[in-house]
Amino acid sequence: MFNRDRWKEILEVLTSNWFRTVLTAFGVFWGIFILIVLLAAGKGLENGINADFGDIATNTMFMWTRRTTKPYQGLPKDRSFEFQREDVRSIRDNVPNLRFISPRNQLGGFSSGGNNVVRGLNSGAYNVYGDYPEIINQDPMTVTSGRFINYNDINEKRKIAIIGQGVKNDLYEKGEEVLGTYIKIQGVNFLVVGTYKKNSSDGGEEAQKEIFVPFTAFSQAFNRGEDVGWMAITAKDGSSISVLKEKIINVMKKKHKVHPEDNRAIGYFDLYEQYNRVESLFSGIRWIAIIVGTFVLISGIIGVSNIMLIVVKERTKEIGIRRALGESPWSIKKQILMESIFLTIISGMTGIIFGALIIYGINALLDSVGPVDMFLSPSVSVGVVASALTALVVSGLLAGFIPANSAIRVRPIEALRNE
Amino acid sequence: MIEIKDLHKSYKMGSNSLHVLKGINFSVEEGELVAIMGSSGSGKSTLLNILGMLDGSDSGEYYLDGVPIKDLSEKKAAQYRNKFLGFVFQSFNLINYKSALENVALPLYYQKVGRRERQDKALNYLDRVGLKEWATHLPSELSGGQKQRVAIARAMAAEPKVLLADEPTGALDSKTSYEVMDLIQKINDDGNTILVVTHEKDIAHMCKRIVHLRDGVIVEDTKIEQVRAQEYV
Repeated sequence: MFNRDRWKEILEVLTSNWFRTVLTAFGVFWGIFILIVLLAAGKGLENGINADFGDIATNTMFMWTRRTTKPYQGLPKDRSFEFQREDVRSIRDNVPNLRFISPRNQLGGFSSGGNNVVRGLNSGAYNVYGDYPEIINQDPMTVTSGRFINYNDINEKRKIAIIGQGVKNDLYEKGEEVLGTYIKIQGVNFLVVGTYKKNSSDGGEEAQKEIFVPFTAFSQAFNRGEDVGWMAITAKDGSSISVLKEKIINVMKKKHKVHPEDNRAIGYFDLYEQYNRVESLFSGIRWIAIIVGTFVLISGIIGVSNIMLIVVKERTKEIGIRRALGESPWSIKKQILMESIFLTIISGMTGIIFGALIIYGINALLDSVGPVDMFLSPSVSVGVVASALTALVVSGLLAGFIPANSAIRVRPIEALRNE
Repeated sequence: MIEIKDLHKSYKMGSNSLHVLKGINFSVEEGELVAIMGSSGSGKSTLLNILGMLDGSDSGEYYLDGVPIKDLSEKKAAQYRNKFLGFVFQSFNLINYKSALENVALPLYYQKVGRRERQDKALNYLDRVGLKEWATHLPSELSGGQKQRVAIARAMAAEPKVLLADEPTGALDSKTSYEVMDLIQKINDDGNTILVVTHEKDIAHMCKRIVHLRDGVIVEDTKIEQVRAQEYV
């Protein structure tokens, strides 16, 4: 294999007709290049969308109440009802494999307009959530100072608040101490015990302008009693919330005397289903990239095979001479195969290198112009490159196979005829 | 050295077959210089191809240095050719992108001789045909006579038992022809067995024995007084 004379000969043959060699190599080069770039673009799109999802637990659904649309058990239609705090227990008891069930209440946002939070001379309109400690797992945020809600806060109905960076910027002077101060939410004082920052890029500014208070304190301060505005429910890893949601909704319908066929009484949003839809879109894109790239590569390989056939034809006489001088058929076959593999690998490597350069360039461009919507750090994994290389060796072998066989089919006597 | 008994060979040409060799009996001792003569179509090239294991016979026996040559696989045939035979062709058949030295070294490469030794040997043989200074030249830079001398050096490099020359002077003018024959005679003087296929009388008479072929049979086989090519050079 690592025979100096053989390599010398391979190079002699391939360099004897530069133009032809380069044209042939281009086919394979282009195939690999397209494959790499397409896969990287798909990955970039995927990274972009995933960044938009942020760290949000994707195996999650949100559920809220609406008006009933069917009369049931003596109750009229158009009846409004509210989830209750004890519903959490009912769901927990009846539906297995749920990781978090967070009842939530909300002020501001879509429920009311106008400024609802005041501190000294400053005021602002923010979303205020009454939450349980688990919510930090479902709607992840980084606590930048102080702490988040804990169960003592829940049990003792402490009027404390964790505020976002955006809220802090609005209500406080630069460098002013935040922890231990009070803010007035709809006339009720809350002690600020923490600040947070969210990573996810969705919601942008808005996501940093939220206030989290203990669920129980919220209910008491704003007269919600046992009512629950909506719930965020996350399934355990390995089970799908999309499968479980039917069960959860049925439990709620039964408990709140909603007609079993009333599909509009309970609203929900299945994040997991959306996420899966996007995921399957990505795997679709990935497959298209692989298929397109592979087909382009195949046509490149056919090109190599074709040229090798011509090379063999041109060298018929030479092969005859070699055999007359005593070269074994296997040695001739090996020669042709190695020429073919060498050509494919060299051109394939060039394709990979060029693809990598393009990806590198795009990344550098993205870095310099700042984030672009739905597109982030396109890349291909080492695994993909490795399998592309393997595919190149195999396809080089395949491309050389027919020409090599036709080379050893040449009988020396026919090759040496003078005509 | 060579022993042939009742050798037959026919070629299929479409529906009818052409019987080229019709029972050849023939033997060559070590150190002989034999000319095989005959008009075209007499079967002389076919005989040489069979002797050279480039082609197989239909029936008959062929022993080369006591080894039966029969039903060889391509691999075995290649090995035997490399070990036993050296070829010289009418059209030289040098590999045109390799230098004279590399061409001569080629059979040694197939014998898996080490690179350094191969080069030394090849240069030595080039020297013997008087082309040492031309070692790095490509065939296209050599004259016909020089090409044939490189081809002879190549054939001799593997130190074969028998040298087979198919019309070695067919493409050369008479002066260069005699130079080539002079070389062949000298190689023969060193004790090498050589078979020359030719249809030129003067070339044939520079050998030690002439075998006449006509219509696939040997019609005449005589030992002659050798004419030294040296006289004409």
